Amino acid sequence: MPAFRNRLYRDDAVVLRNQKLGEADRIVTLLTRRHGRVRAVARGVRRTSSKFGARLEPFGHVDLQLVEGRSLHSISQAESIRLYGGRITGHYGRYTAASAIAETAERLTPIEHEPAQTLFQLTLGALRALAAGEHTPGLILDAYLLRAMGSAGWAPALTECAVCGEPGRYGAFSVPAGGCVCPHCRPAGSARPSPASLELMIALTNGDWKAADASETSTRREVSGLVAAHLQWHLERELRSLPLVDRAMEQA
Amino acid sequence: MYEGAIQDLIDELGRLPGIGPKSAQRIAFHILSADPADVTRLAQALQRVKEQVRFCSVCFNVAEQEQCRICRDPRRTDEIICVVEEPKDVIAIERTGEFRGRYHVLGGAINPLEGIGPDNLRIRELMERLQAGTVKELILATDPNTEGEATATYLALMVKPMGLTVTRLASGLPVGGDLEYADEITLGRAFEGRRAV
Ligand SMILES: [Zn+2]
Ligand SMILES: [Zn+2]
Repeated sequence: MPAFRNRLYRDDAVVLRNQKLGEADRIVTLLTRRHGRVRAVARGVRRTSSKFGARLEPFGHVDLQLVEGRSLHSISQAESIRLYGGRITGHYGRYTAASAIAETAERLTPIEHEPAQTLFQLTLGALRALAAGEHTPGLILDAYLLRAMGSAGWAPALTECAVCGEPGRYGAFSVPAGGCVCPHCRPAGSARPSPASLELMIALTNGDWKAADASETSTRREVSGLVAAHLQWHLERELRSLPLVDRAMEQA
Repeated sequence: MYEGAIQDLIDELGRLPGIGPKSAQRIAFHILSADPADVTRLAQALQRVKEQVRFCSVCFNVAEQEQCRICRDPRRTDEIICVVEEPKDVIAIERTGEFRGRYHVLGGAINPLEGIGPDNLRIRELMERLQAGTVKELILATDPNTEGEATATYLALMVKPMGLTVTRLASGLPVGGDLEYADEITLGRAFEGRRAV
């Protein structure tokens, strides 16, 4: 084996996904603060004697020491900053929303090691809000999706026409056109969401939680449909977790 | 790349879980140089497992008959069902000698990231078993990790209206580990100290 210098580096990260590898290892997908998405091996983590314990379980915020490898990096040390584990897995609605957040974060960082600081902040904030039960999981998820799409540069147009850019509130919404559309630009087959739904999307984008928390169930349902359609349109493959998000059991 | 049969074997071995290209190659050449009788036994064992082993029609554990050995055992109680993710977890719990009830093997845990929802597991079949009314306690022994905990949360919520006692294995099982790696003593203690959820 050729001499290979294994550079060590340190960063904090959110654990997005955790896959079994071989007998007792896992491949952990991380969204790090400064190094973007990183896939790293955690050796022996599934053994009950593992030094990593629960620290590398999904949705936790951890401080890591990593070692660069030729293909995969590996985790040499992990300290927990905040583990949300039980506060998320003890509520089924939170768990399914957290899964959709993690999958979205992974899909919005197609290139490994490319810094994605805004997305890191959004992801950490959304998981923290879920764990704290600040709002219903469905609303936290939709706010996250809207802002994460914004960080990727394709937030739906809500306060101007998606086609001509004319500012205003318009009643038609077209996923292919990129959001709300004015009467002149409106493509055939545009949806006509309720004005309350458009207001809710604006509130979620701006973090106006007072307005968002006061919204009706039917409005939330329409918004989650529009947000999901907009997201799926821009991603090449469908999100697996999105249809499994449980909005019926979504007590905060 | 090798030619013909040896490459076919390497490719097949490489599709097995936990076996990378290097291991596949090593195993293939080991087989090539092994005693023919040993190789025949291996080939027969592979074939027999597909021909003879199936899933128990009651609990979905592995079985060689319509029902598994545990479901057929008249000395075990029908009043307690222990829910696990995989057949290997049944083996781990049986080793503790602490449990005399029946099992239900889900076939995995709820994992939206892998596209696995409640409908992909044997949850409907579990609900049907509980409808009969014989069961008084349901022990949720899914893995002590994120997916296992979330699956236990979901099941507890589903069976709540049925009014039976639902318990979860006691803490002491290290979070993040696999149930199958817990030693008998720890697992046995977790069983004794199970708590209602
Ligand atoms: Zn326009
Ligand atoms: Zn059985």
